[in-house]
Amino acid sequence: MNINNAAAGTLESGDILVQILPPDSKGLKIELDSTVAYQFGDQIKKVIEETLSNLGISDALVKATDKGALDCTIRARVTAAVVRATGKDVWKD
Amino acid sequence: MQRLRRTMMFVPGNNPAMMQDAFLYGPDSIMLDLEDSVTMAEKDAARLLVHNALKTIDYGNTEMVVRINPLNTPYGKKDIEAVVKAGVDVIRMPKTETADEVREVEAEIEKVEKELGCLGRTQIMAAIESTLGVVNAYEIAIASKRMMGIALGAEDYCANLKTQRSPEGNELLLARQTIVVAARAAGIDALDTVYSNLNDMETFRKEVELIKQLGFDGKSIINPRQIEIVNEVFAPKQKDIEKATAIIAAIKEAEKRGSGVIAVNGKMVDRPVVIRAQRTINLAIASGILKEEDIL
Repeated sequence: MNINNAAAGTLESGDILVQILPPDSKGLKIELDSTVAYQFGDQIKKVIEETLSNLGISDALVKATDKGALDCTIRARVTAAVVRATGKDVWKD
Repeated sequence: MQRLRRTMMFVPGNNPAMMQDAFLYGPDSIMLDLEDSVTMAEKDAARLLVHNALKTIDYGNTEMVVRINPLNTPYGKKDIEAVVKAGVDVIRMPKTETADEVREVEAEIEKVEKELGCLGRTQIMAAIESTLGVVNAYEIAIASKRMMGIALGAEDYCANLKTQRSPEGNELLLARQTIVVAARAAGIDALDTVYSNLNDMETFRKEVELIKQLGFDGKSIINPRQIEIVNEVFAPKQKDIEKATAIIAAIKEAEKRGSGVIAVNGKMVDRPVVIRAQRTINLAIASGILKEEDIL
């Protein structure tokens, strides 16, 4: 799947800004900056990975800046970034 | 018990923090907005956010409403698909002018519900925000069996009327009364427009008192600070509660005796009185003045 640079989300409290970029190598690379990384960093990365996997994205560079987003917000923002990066129609596919 | 809709709180559909906290303030309904509060560039992201929030966050007994974009925009149909798939309670149509518009939205909802196997689950409410909408209020109110309410949207209506809102609200009187009458004739709820000046709670309270007197079920609100005032105004007075409790007790007693005729304090009680008494009891319970066991 062809990936262009794209982003979704904001830096407001309770949100997460997710940027998706073309991969520089095989596989998923997630760079996370979070206000709650010491508590929830692994969980946030897991939600990002699962969401990407469900959307068929196996190779990408993801830069995420988290401001305390719930899992459902993380899923929404990752999905929106993928839609913008690939043109994928998540409602039909 | 019939659902109360004293407060329907507007929450921007692209603001996760407000979406996750809104129910903590105890509005009767929460309306997640995909229309005016979301820029065109963010419509796709807001739709995904609302979809995921509805599927994941436990809003308890709060009624969940989503205001979609009109069907004549590139967003309306996608909004319907996303929120019906997430199990929304009510779809709120903006700027509704004709019954045909309601039927078009209903057809789109049906398509998605058929696919999901849950035909008939989603309700519709229509915001009336123009002079044509007010003229067609009753036709809109009866356009679908899914209709649960109609609401006034005063800002667009006033612009269409070539006037502006005043603290007294004289310019809205015809629209408000038309909407209440149409809603009552159709057997659905009537909700009033928002009041946007959060620095003038006195005028807000007067407006809530006015719309309650006109017969509205509740008011659209934009801030949690407005909830308490609406609930106070809509809370029944002690003497009304006592009267209603006596009427409900008399009905139960008459049912036991197998009698169809009810009298309280020597006066015959007919159906409108019973309906009003039941609504008073419902409001008293919702306001925390009565407990359900108090009327058993």
